[in-house]
Amino acid sequence: MNLSAVRQLFTLALLFAIGASISETAHADEAGTRALLVEIVHADGDDARQQLAMEGLAEEGDPIIGTFYEAYRSGNIFIKKVASSDSPLVLMKDNKDYTNLLTGESVTPSDELKPSRAGRGLRKDLKRLVDLLDLSSPDLEKRIAAADLLGKSQNPEYLPELKARLDKQTDEKVARAFREAIYICELKSGSDTEKLAAVKALGEMKSLPAKGFLETVAKEYETSTEPGARALRESTRKAIREIDDYQKIVGHIGTLFRGLSLGSVLLLVAYGLAITFGQMGVINMAHGEFIAIGGYTVYLIQNYFVNTFGVGSSAYEWYFVLSLPCAFLAAALAGALLEKGMIRFLYSRPLESLLATWGVSMILQQLFRLQFGAANVSVSAPQWLSGSYSFGGVSMSYSRIFLVAFAFLVIIVTWLLMNRTSWGLHVRATMQNRQMASSLGVPSGRVNMLTFAYGSGLAGLAGAFISQIGNVGPSMGQTYIVDSFMVVVVGGVGNLFGAALSSLGIGMVDQWLQPILGPVMGKISVLITIILFLQFKPGGLFPSRSRSLDD
Amino acid sequence: MNRLLPVDNKAEGAVFIGLLILIAALPILNAFVPEGNALHVSSFQLSVWGKYLCYAVLAMSLNVLWGYTGLLCLGQCLFFALGGYAFGMYLMLMIGELGAYKSTLPDFMVFLGYTELPAHWKPFYNPFFAVAAALLVPGLVAFIFGVLAFRSRIKGVYFSILTQALTYAAALLFFRNDFTFGGNNGFTDFKFIFGADIRSDGTARGLFIASGALLIGVYWLVAWLLQTKFGKIQKAIRDSENRVRFSGYSTTHFKVFIFVLSAMIAGMAGALFVPQAGIINPGEMWPTKGLDIVVWVAVGGRGTKIGPIIGAVLVNMLKSWSTKAYPDTWLIILGFLFVFVVLFMPNGIVGLWAQGKAFLARRKSKTSPADTGSTDDTEAPGEIEKATS
Repeated sequence: MNLSAVRQLFTLALLFAIGASISETAHADEAGTRALLVEIVHADGDDARQQLAMEGLAEEGDPIIGTFYEAYRSGNIFIKKVASSDSPLVLMKDNKDYTNLLTGESVTPSDELKPSRAGRGLRKDLKRLVDLLDLSSPDLEKRIAAADLLGKSQNPEYLPELKARLDKQTDEKVARAFREAIYICELKSGSDTEKLAAVKALGEMKSLPAKGFLETVAKEYETSTEPGARALRESTRKAIREIDDYQKIVGHIGTLFRGLSLGSVLLLVAYGLAITFGQMGVINMAHGEFIAIGGYTVYLIQNYFVNTFGVGSSAYEWYFVLSLPCAFLAAALAGALLEKGMIRFLYSRPLESLLATWGVSMILQQLFRLQFGAANVSVSAPQWLSGSYSFGGVSMSYSRIFLVAFAFLVIIVTWLLMNRTSWGLHVRATMQNRQMASSLGVPSGRVNMLTFAYGSGLAGLAGAFISQIGNVGPSMGQTYIVDSFMVVVVGGVGNLFGAALSSLGIGMVDQWLQPILGPVMGKISVLITIILFLQFKPGGLFPSRSRSLDD
Repeated sequence: MNRLLPVDNKAEGAVFIGLLILIAALPILNAFVPEGNALHVSSFQLSVWGKYLCYAVLAMSLNVLWGYTGLLCLGQCLFFALGGYAFGMYLMLMIGELGAYKSTLPDFMVFLGYTELPAHWKPFYNPFFAVAAALLVPGLVAFIFGVLAFRSRIKGVYFSILTQALTYAAALLFFRNDFTFGGNNGFTDFKFIFGADIRSDGTARGLFIASGALLIGVYWLVAWLLQTKFGKIQKAIRDSENRVRFSGYSTTHFKVFIFVLSAMIAGMAGALFVPQAGIINPGEMWPTKGLDIVVWVAVGGRGTKIGPIIGAVLVNMLKSWSTKAYPDTWLIILGFLFVFVVLFMPNGIVGLWAQGKAFLARRKSKTSPADTGSTDDTEAPGEIEKATS
């Protein structure tokens, strides 16, 4: 056995040991908490004893405290006398099930139950405990949320607790949330000097949630003539300005990201079109229906997974990964059939390919309607794609991040296919001059079919992604088809890189104009901008160069 | 060319005369044959045929562009709808206080909280202004777009795509409520036209005759244009624009003129369509409508005088029959029809006769070896140039 294998084994063993010890301490914690809770119930009436137990409890961070508090408050804690022992059992009722509070085991209740309720003082103490509970939660997200909540309440009671816990925070983000909460609290209850410091600090932190509280402070000191009020007023204004500026930047980044993700959808749709229309010169009006084929493929696979594995199962989580290649293949197959059956007869008549494929588009749309119904079908996102990643106030949903990444992957793969494979060479040769290529031995019929299939497959992929961020329905493709034709024209027909740039550009301009002008006027302005843009660059961003006049 | 009948051959003449008889006969059958008689034409049927005639005019307007000048416009429905909206505004104002809200304002304006008629609506109390607007508004839109597009030499497929985007943008605009044109409900519930009840038999006859007259008028106009020098340049632009330009003609001016003319014809058709259909909404200018018109022309026969009329009437008859007979599959039937026409009838219904003759001739000469030469010699020089660049 070689050395590295030994090392691996050792690491593995170590990991196991750590894992085991962690789960053990967690368990011990819970048992300790339960014992303390039982003690509190038993000590009903004895304030000193209860106080002692509460102090012990404050050190614990177990979520069982929250459940207990709820039960205690609503009268769902019962005491059951047991003959064999002098300390009675404490039962907790949840719906209709009873559990032994000490052990957590479920118990079948008998009729000798005596309800136990907390007194007012105890309830208040417990409430505070529960509010502070999440502050020591092992889950950092929960801790941040708890600090936020306490800060926003501006309740001075929590201030010492927050301050005491601040030093213990090792995570930068959590510490920031704690400081933010402390300053916001101080805005209300602190002395003037404390307030001044808090205002300055919040301005420097560019704290978005503090803006409203700062505005309250600004209003409060608007007319005050007290000494120090002026300094406070000025620094509050400055802090608000700083936060506003930051908010604008965050807004711009958010717009940029939304534009990027819309651009990525357009890119996936338009890239297929840039290949079939730009490279091959075929106007495929059924391109939108290939998008729908992709969307419905995802829907079918989702249903298959739900029926076979169930919704919550871990296999279900993988359905989307499987449906990506399936959506591609389904649309590519449809594209290949269309090319073989119809389009290859129309290469010399591009405007008529438009008409024929329009007919195909009508047929397909109606087939979808007959098969799946006229309404949109619902496709749910797997767990790992729902939720969002937030960074400095900008939140981006995982499905959109995945989409953007995938769009870039498609650009790279297509570039590699076109420029680094013999198939790509054949494609480029055929697109430049079909007859010349075939007379030099390029199997142009097969190249045409495969190219068209690839372009259609990309549409299918686009449909798969749209299923995650939009609707899947019989006419889902129509929403994107006009836009994506524009993308190809703006990018320069026949230029894939141009199509990529223009789709991202159009996506961003669209998202940037929408908040200013509203969705419809934004869209109209984009279309008008495109028409005007073509005045200056009729060939698009990257016009194809040719000496031929009638191109 | 026959001076009296603007037709090129006997078959075309027969269809044209048939059309004349139809236009003359339907109102007579409606007015003088009593109800219950097998020959009676109801006012409803009359207005259905009136709509077909408007569609035929619309198809002819596209044919002027696509068939004779080679400009495939996918936004012809926009000009049709603009004409319809212009005349619809007059019809809306004629409702007066008979609307649901008993206000002089159109119902949708009351609903949206307007208290006064917007300034651009006021002149539409005058029917002649409305008719003029139905001509000029589409013409103006076409002029602006045409100058922009043709000046920068946008042509072929790019022109088609841009016109589609134009109509898409316009439809989005008209769907908005605050655009003062009724949002997605558009205009409907018309009551009076030129002081007459819009639902009366006489009005139906009048509108039908007007549609027929428009059709004949446009037909004469197109036929006359084609035999002038202008028409020859028009066709030359279609066949080789660069050669026309090199011969010293400004093709941009010609194309803008034809585009505007075609838009105005489409606008007129729309203005006559609206009172017969009883409704106009932004759906009329949705991009799919623009493609429909292209299909009518293609089915009938592109670049023929009579083809668009046949195409528009036949496709719409098929459509209204199949929507009733096969509500689930009529789109599939129509779709297959288009595919079939494009693949097997490149010259449409009008071209079938010549196609059949050529087919028979080929069958006869099957014994002699068929020519296997290159199919498109004319394209080859350009292609080689492209490859070497």
